[in-house]
Amino acid sequence: MSETLPKNNIFKVIGASSLGTLIEWYDFYIFGSLAVIIGHQLFPEDAGASALINTLAIFAAGFIVRPFGALVFGRLGDLIGRKYTFLLTLVLMGGSTFFIGLIPSYKSIGYAAPILVLILRLIQGLALGGEYGGAATYVAEHAPKNKRGFFTSWIQTTATLGLFLSLGIIVITKNILGAETFGDWGWRIPFLLSIVLVVVSIYIRMKMHESPMFSKLKAEGNVSKNPLKESFNNKANFKMVLLALFGATMGQGVIWYTGQFYAQSFLENTCKLDFNDSRYILLWGIAFATPFFVVFGAWSDKVGRKWIMLSGMLLGILFYRPIYQIFLDDTDYSKIEQAAILSSKPAPITSVLIADSPDSLRTTSIKVILKNGASFNKVQVDTVSATKGVLVGKEVIKDKVLATPVFWKFVGLIFFQILLVTMVYGPIAAFLVELFPTKIRYTSMSLPYHIGNGVFGGLVPFIATLIASFSGSTPLSGLWYPIGIAALSLIIGTIYLSNKRDENIND
Amino acid sequence: MNTLKKFLGLVWMVLGPLTMTFLFLQAIDKVGLTHTYTERTNTILQWGIILFIFLPISLGLMIFGFYAWKGEYEQLPENPEEL
Repeated sequence: MSETLPKNNIFKVIGASSLGTLIEWYDFYIFGSLAVIIGHQLFPEDAGASALINTLAIFAAGFIVRPFGALVFGRLGDLIGRKYTFLLTLVLMGGSTFFIGLIPSYKSIGYAAPILVLILRLIQGLALGGEYGGAATYVAEHAPKNKRGFFTSWIQTTATLGLFLSLGIIVITKNILGAETFGDWGWRIPFLLSIVLVVVSIYIRMKMHESPMFSKLKAEGNVSKNPLKESFNNKANFKMVLLALFGATMGQGVIWYTGQFYAQSFLENTCKLDFNDSRYILLWGIAFATPFFVVFGAWSDKVGRKWIMLSGMLLGILFYRPIYQIFLDDTDYSKIEQAAILSSKPAPITSVLIADSPDSLRTTSIKVILKNGASFNKVQVDTVSATKGVLVGKEVIKDKVLATPVFWKFVGLIFFQILLVTMVYGPIAAFLVELFPTKIRYTSMSLPYHIGNGVFGGLVPFIATLIASFSGSTPLSGLWYPIGIAALSLIIGTIYLSNKRDENIND
Repeated sequence: MNTLKKFLGLVWMVLGPLTMTFLFLQAIDKVGLTHTYTERTNTILQWGIILFIFLPISLGLMIFGFYAWKGEYEQLPENPEEL
């Protein structure tokens, strides 16, 4: 059936599926891309690093519920069909993203603000858990058997392009409104904008037809009566779910989120790079690397999926620490010689009252510009206490702007990390689709995918930041989490996975 | 290769409870830390989330190891019809 589908139709299928999935990823990632600003909005002003960690925890909560979304919507998709299920996920995702943009700040409603955002974030996670498996299954079930890797790789580009879109819209909005207005209320615009994108996508998806394989199954009366039971109570199927998780998606998830999410978090929060610089670096890296999803997806149709994915994991294990060490070394401006400084200009001193306290925070800042084009701010925050006098804070160098050659070197290092992402992620949809039969495919492939990506991958920024905040750890300590998980997955995948592709998924 | 798959199954079976123990010890250690190191971070909530999520996954790793030890992965299905 799928072999006879005209070429322009398959591209219509890919286009309509990909657009909706891209928008869901966009909705999901704007939260992470704005973690620092949202942290300031949702928590007390004196919360310090805990505001970021708590915001990352809310961000992570969305990932954690993804496997539950996979179960709920995967079951629906195997019962009522792919088309209507991922229409529903799109509505839930768009609605919750829009409402996050409307939530008042901590100043207005106190702790109700983070609680409401957490609830909406959980709905986002559930919706995404249902979306991806449906889109990948839908495209694979339309694709010819010898081009399944190639066609599903277009769906694989959507996660990265969703991140690209979220970063792009954030940078554009911030540049139009200015940093202060953006931090005040402008950050809400990328969330509110989502509703427009979702309406367009719903319109397109309404015109789509049901997957031919599912329609055939339905016509023959062979639709699964209880997909959850058939997926996880059947030992033969459950052991493949476990193999897919530990031998592939677990390692793939940490490579994805280290290269594209932790990298940005590390540049912004650990290296203290300027907001725009850290995002521009990622945007360029994504732009150069994204075509490789399709390259590796298509290549996997010829040489098999296994070794391409495992090679990506191996390269991540070997190169993450050297790459992040370079990030640290090249952004260390603490030992800049006087001769390298072009100008040094103090900014006006600002003072902010601490909530529920007579004390205030006094910020002094000096803008330093170097002769090579780089610049940074030296910032010191002192606590002015009503009882203890002035408690002098530690001087921090932040808002670092890189010299042009270093900027492009960083783009190259991010590009390399995203290239690894394309290796592990490009072929994985086809790999998962081929592992399970049509009647329980949506459920069976969604669960290992979302545990691997949502739990192992999605928790990379949170766990790595947490590890790096422990006493005695170094800024690179957090990397042991993705490196360890990728190494375990590499060993299991190498020994247990087969490189054989299943030609016939029409079962 | 099948012997290696089988014996590594034992490793995965042991790794599951080891991971659980490690996570529990870390949680007890970190939750017990004073605010000197953790600022105002809610460590109980954070470690609660980590344990809630990773304990079932550790159990899954044990089951995976058990299947490997029993030789369930010696011959993988050639296509989904065999499932």
